[in-house]
Amino acid sequence: MAFLLKNAHVVDPKGALDGVMDVKIDGDKIAEVGADLDAAGCEVIDLTGKVLVPGLVDMHVHLREPGYEHKGTIESETRAAVRGGFTGVCSMPNTDPVTDNGTVVEYVKSVAARDGHCRVYPAGACSKGLKGEIISEMGDMVAHGAVAFTDDGRGVQGAGMMRRCMDYGKMFGKTFLSHCQDEDLVGEGQVNEGVVSTRLGLLGWPAEGEELQIARDIALARLTGAKLHIQHISTARGLELVRAAKAEGLPVTCEATPHHLFLTEDALDGTYDTRLKMNPPLRTAADAEALIAGVVDGTVDAIATDHAPHAEWEKAREFELAPFGTTGIECALGLVLTELVNTGKIGYARLVELMSSNPRQILGVECISVEAGSTADLTVFDPEATWTVGEDGYESQAVNCAFEGRELTGRATDVFVGGKHVLANGAVC
Amino acid sequence: MGTTPKAIIMDEVAINRAITRIAHEILERNEGCENLALVGIVTRGDLLAKELVEKIEEIEGVRVPLGSLDISFYRDDFATFAPEVHASKIDFDVDGKRIVLVDDILYTGRTIRAALDAIMDLGRPSRVELAVLVDRGHRELPICPDFVGKNVPSSHEENVRLYLKEVDGRSTVEIFDVEPGARVGSAPLGGE
Amino acid sequence: MFNNHKHLIDISEYSDSELMTILTTAKAFSQVNERAIKKVPTLKGKTIVNMFNEPSTRTRSSFELAEKRLSADTLNFGGSSTSTVKGESLIDTVMTLDAYKIDCIVVRDKHAGAPYIVSQASPAVVIDAGDGKHGHPTQALLDLYSIWERKQDFNGLKVGIVGDIAHSRVCGSLIPALKIMGAEVTVVAPGTLIPAAPEVLGADHVSYSLDDVLPELDVVYMLRIQRERLEGAPFPSLREYHQLFGLTKKRERLMKPDAIICHPGPINRGVEFDSYMADHPERSVILDQVYAGICVRMAALYLLLGGADNGLSA
Repeated sequence: MAFLLKNAHVVDPKGALDGVMDVKIDGDKIAEVGADLDAAGCEVIDLTGKVLVPGLVDMHVHLREPGYEHKGTIESETRAAVRGGFTGVCSMPNTDPVTDNGTVVEYVKSVAARDGHCRVYPAGACSKGLKGEIISEMGDMVAHGAVAFTDDGRGVQGAGMMRRCMDYGKMFGKTFLSHCQDEDLVGEGQVNEGVVSTRLGLLGWPAEGEELQIARDIALARLTGAKLHIQHISTARGLELVRAAKAEGLPVTCEATPHHLFLTEDALDGTYDTRLKMNPPLRTAADAEALIAGVVDGTVDAIATDHAPHAEWEKAREFELAPFGTTGIECALGLVLTELVNTGKIGYARLVELMSSNPRQILGVECISVEAGSTADLTVFDPEATWTVGEDGYESQAVNCAFEGRELTGRATDVFVGGKHVLANGAVC
Repeated sequence: MGTTPKAIIMDEVAINRAITRIAHEILERNEGCENLALVGIVTRGDLLAKELVEKIEEIEGVRVPLGSLDISFYRDDFATFAPEVHASKIDFDVDGKRIVLVDDILYTGRTIRAALDAIMDLGRPSRVELAVLVDRGHRELPICPDFVGKNVPSSHEENVRLYLKEVDGRSTVEIFDVEPGARVGSAPLGGE
Repeated sequence: MFNNHKHLIDISEYSDSELMTILTTAKAFSQVNERAIKKVPTLKGKTIVNMFNEPSTRTRSSFELAEKRLSADTLNFGGSSTSTVKGESLIDTVMTLDAYKIDCIVVRDKHAGAPYIVSQASPAVVIDAGDGKHGHPTQALLDLYSIWERKQDFNGLKVGIVGDIAHSRVCGSLIPALKIMGAEVTVVAPGTLIPAAPEVLGADHVSYSLDDVLPELDVVYMLRIQRERLEGAPFPSLREYHQLFGLTKKRERLMKPDAIICHPGPINRGVEFDSYMADHPERSVILDQVYAGICVRMAALYLLLGGADNGLSA
């Protein structure tokens, strides 16, 4: 199947492309990029007014399968990913059974190959059962296609254990994605410690509970030489630690989520909206502002959603009993366009770095360029499209989206994965 | 309800005359003031009761016990109307007393029904009588006053209100037009 | 409906004059509670569910008496038979209760925000009888009532709250209520028992020393120390807590002559205070508070369950 994508505004910082041109796809590859390409034998899609970029990757997604299919499945959540404009996602290992061995990695990959709408890059657990006690079979997982290691959801509590994971795992060249949370300090913390925890009478989840482990893991990266990526960074001081580590030349990167960038603890009120319960919690406006500054100046390497679907009934509970997490993969691109690009804080080229090239590089998966011969993983969005989050429901199986009702400008219209047209004019194929 | 009355039915002189006459009638009916006590229904009935007690003291030289009764908790229209609650003040034992309930305007009789229940929850009076300054008719319950200052035929589209110098700056009984179905009742203390 | 309030969950939504109306109404109910026949027919035919999802004998008893003295039909629901124990969600439980055709749900829950959830799931009037570490508005009302009876005026009144401020549902309502009424609030506790942002509740001052603040206070409000929560170790021993923060006979000399002592109960003798202070005939209003609880709960039920029209007495 061949496509001729006509008159697209192509943005690809790697190839220094930023202008209107045609892109021809033949099979799973980009065949040609240029002006007024020959349409013979191609299905022609007019992309006038739309922006075409290398396929976006969300490097932090909970697909819930195997084990939690009542929350979401590989089918439903990759469908949501495609609707959000992503050509690939990195799946977290907190499945049941835990993705801590080659067999589960293989299972995730095989279901993704059968049911998935986009590429799935599985991350494997650092420790067996996410218990923080015994190193998981990293070599076996890598052999079966794991792209990174993480105990996301908890973090590795013991410094010695984390060091062993990094020292052992560094021979595979993969990055350690670290969920930073000191359990002894955080305890049963529900919301950011301070104004909101006091007002709502909920146990506080202090910023320091995250910052302590960021500092620890940076020290361990220095000690072991392993590649470290801080997940869902949420505090200004935590970001400062990453900034200093980078200045020191350590192999440290970090991601920020749309909810930590574009929502704050001020959204939490006496209605105890459980959609706003996430881990780490929504922080202060000053933290969000610092994170946005980090996105602009390059300290934040990637924007990832921590897309965490839950069943409606699981979230329709007392705040303290509801699980942590918000969905976000369907609105992330729209939020970044609305809040960062349309406000002039960043340009399309930086957006591509944050949502495509940097995540791909950190995960060590194929980097995409809009040039002949590159794999045809491409994202097309309409920067003018206005829409409201949740107004037409979600492609995700879950509805726990913290951004429901947010009015956005900019939305994905078309996605190609390996030359396959998986999102066509806003509809998942 | 219109703020201007369409008629003044009683002026201060008429009101005082009625109070004097009712005081005499109470004493006559009860053959003096032994065991007698007056209980006025807030708001305005309590003020009338106080004037009656003073009048009785003038006549008999005896000050009979005086109480005030708030009937908010005993109303039958609570579902649509939660009135502002005033404290009752009945410092004497009602058991065995001859109680004269005092109210300003007698209309449907529902206030008196509530007052009777309220009194009964305080004890067991030997008898209860009812004194009102104005009886405007339209009873919805089998209640009949023992002492009446003035009978005033009225319609449902009218309200009759007592104003007293002590709280309103003038002593009059006035008649107003009201919207059909509107709630009627005493004037609020301290003006509309 | 009381003015525009359907529920009593967040006391900070009430104005000073509304809180004062509750207190004066409670005063009227106090008369009822002192009679031989301690009952009025006001809530005849209304059904009130006391949904106590965590054990609380005192608050439940107080509500139950208040409801019965208003002639409401009451249903106690909860305890070990709570359906949440059986896996039913709070919302499903509330919908089940609603099917009984009820008028009011009094909610006690160990989770903050539960009364709000109930109010969203049910058309009934909801009264918060304590939710997690969040709020306990009727406790705040009975405290206001007890203080009002003794001090008449809240303006500029100096109130010190001593003890576990951080984990206290009482403080979540009492401090905002005192601020609405114009009082000045100082919280006194070791740092482990002070919340992250006490000023959010309205606390004007934070002190780690009872001795320092005692001479200023008109009202000394001692909070219960949860013996059962001591494994969290916010302080080394009850003995040391008593030495530092206990209201003892020795400390009385530091108090204003007319300063009063409050406590939400149940009290721990030898921890929050010694028996001399707990039983102090002039200062201690602890039992007055228990009595006030019935009166303010009757007032709250009366005002919230009455008609929409907050009109004039006829």
